[in-house]
Amino acid sequence: MNKRDFLKQSILFIPAAGLMQTLARVAAGEDMATAAATSGDYDASQHWYGMGIDVDKCIGCNRCVEACKTENNVPQEPFFFRTWIERYSIHADGEVTVECVSTQPPRGEETPQVDPDVVRSFFVPKLCNQCANPPCVQVCPVGATFQTKDGVVLVDEKRCIGCRYCIQACPYGARYLNPETKTADKCTFCYHRVTEGLQPACVEVCPTQARIFGDFKSEASRLVRFERVNEISVLKPDMNTAPKVRYAKLDGEVR
Amino acid sequence: MNIDTNQALFEQLAHQLGQVAGFIYPNEVEIQWAILIVVYPYITGIVAGAFILASLVKVFNVVEVQPIYRLALLTALAFMLIAGMPLNLHLGHPERSYEIFLTPQPTSAMAMFGFVYLWYLMAVLLLEVWFEYRAQFILMAQQTRGFMGKLYRVLSLFSNDVSPQALAFDKKASKLITIIGIPSAFLLHGYVGFIFGSIKANPWWSSVLMPIVFLMSAIVSGIAMVIIVYTIISLVRNEKVDMRCLDKVGLFLLVAIIVDFALEALDYIHRMYQAEESIEILGELISNKLFTSLVILQVLVGMFVPLAILAFARIRHLNDDLRKLMYFVSALLLQVGIFGMRWNVVIGGQLYSKSYRGLMAYKMELTGIESLGMALVLLALPFIILAVLVRLLPTQPMAGQPPAAH
Repeated sequence: MNKRDFLKQSILFIPAAGLMQTLARVAAGEDMATAAATSGDYDASQHWYGMGIDVDKCIGCNRCVEACKTENNVPQEPFFFRTWIERYSIHADGEVTVECVSTQPPRGEETPQVDPDVVRSFFVPKLCNQCANPPCVQVCPVGATFQTKDGVVLVDEKRCIGCRYCIQACPYGARYLNPETKTADKCTFCYHRVTEGLQPACVEVCPTQARIFGDFKSEASRLVRFERVNEISVLKPDMNTAPKVRYAKLDGEVR
Repeated sequence: MNIDTNQALFEQLAHQLGQVAGFIYPNEVEIQWAILIVVYPYITGIVAGAFILASLVKVFNVVEVQPIYRLALLTALAFMLIAGMPLNLHLGHPERSYEIFLTPQPTSAMAMFGFVYLWYLMAVLLLEVWFEYRAQFILMAQQTRGFMGKLYRVLSLFSNDVSPQALAFDKKASKLITIIGIPSAFLLHGYVGFIFGSIKANPWWSSVLMPIVFLMSAIVSGIAMVIIVYTIISLVRNEKVDMRCLDKVGLFLLVAIIVDFALEALDYIHRMYQAEESIEILGELISNKLFTSLVILQVLVGMFVPLAILAFARIRHLNDDLRKLMYFVSALLLQVGIFGMRWNVVIGGQLYSKSYRGLMAYKMELTGIESLGMALVLLALPFIILAVLVRLLPTQPMAGQPPAAH
């Protein structure tokens, strides 16, 4: 091989090697959905997870939010939430006021003053709806956010470029940019726990069982029973996102 | 470093949280796409608009516009070279941006960006500039000594054929590239509109008219920018402005503004008439958050006033200097208007909650990556590049060389 040939081939070789390496990486990580869920004998395709929320049972104690932040290393600052609680107050004149319980400092011992003008009030826990038809996955330019075979929408923080398009595309405000990783972040249904047969942290700590976690594919699941005995609504059904977080006794004012 | 920047971010977010009116989802307090994403569509708009102006000469044989053909092309190129920068800078992981090329998600409108950008830069702009200048590079390489001579030699890609056949081929190639270039320019900026228009979660953005509104406003800003550049360059070089050309360009500009205004008005009327669930909060958004930038800057100062000036310049027989001044002033006002339009779309769409119950605030940082300072640098860069380009590449064909257009 003479010098000219050598140089020519090197010029070809370097980008080709880079390309092959990347392709190999892509091929290896191609089925992230499977890879994410093949610990031990766990078969992701046998599950389709969802959550039921009984609005009447939520007392707005915020323990789910705290548990979530601890379990998932969500920054403690009040700008980043994988789950949060909203309080709705319906006034006598029909006016509705909403506040986010989770961004407010914890109340002291004293009982809050009851506003006689408020005829009805209730709490609504919110989190990623794990849409079966997720707009965030559709818009991600690099495929960093994806849906697992068991129906959970996850973010690959090693691939996410931090363009924030998914945050814009989410109708529920369920995503944020994690200031530590500079990548998009959101509720994972505590995927690391549920694939081990555990409950998500928020479900586990809820003192009133307002949250029910389960598998739509299992007839013995509490979620399937929850769906059977309650009148079920989802948030923003007109968005056609097919949420897997289902609400019982949800007021029409909730968006 | 990370802790410091996060501290600054938390302070900004705390300030913005204090400004929230009504109820918002807690994650919405951070404005995800800030000033850099305002700069980005503004710059690509100028690229598309300037190119479409240039194509009038090549494809539609508008002889009057010939004197600024090259300048329009170089303006498009100068802005194109910067167009990707604001996008890259705003990424959480700019070092991973190549992923868009390697593992593009086929369902993502944004994944198209890299390809459209590369196609437009490499296959359209650079090629067209090269064919336009090839013969001149050869001439200049012969006439210039030293480094510049060598540079022109390199720029000509070492071609040296100036035979009539070769020149005829240049002309043909450049016409063909322009024909491909027009839909490409439409694609480049129409797609930017699609990125916003296709987000069903955000009713302020979600509109089928968005790509076409972006495109028309791009044409307005691009033509206006070429008028500004042409006027300034003529002033600096102490050359006479070709009024026949400027009048013609002014006419195109007038028509483009009218179409742009009609489309935007249609969008607003349609929204108000349909009065969907979001109409109330969008009304509050306009009256509380966007009144100055939308009603005053974008519509009044940035559209009605230049529209009136341009129309007046056509109706009355005014002298050349006055008309020149009027074109220049309206072109400047149009830049304000179009930049305002980009701001109102990008920032405006993030100042109301998707719960339709509250409004957010945006506090722009003065320094840092996502800041006013960086935006000004990015907006200045194309002009610096353009200053170099017009020094290197003559904006008029050399004596003895037939104009490459016709």
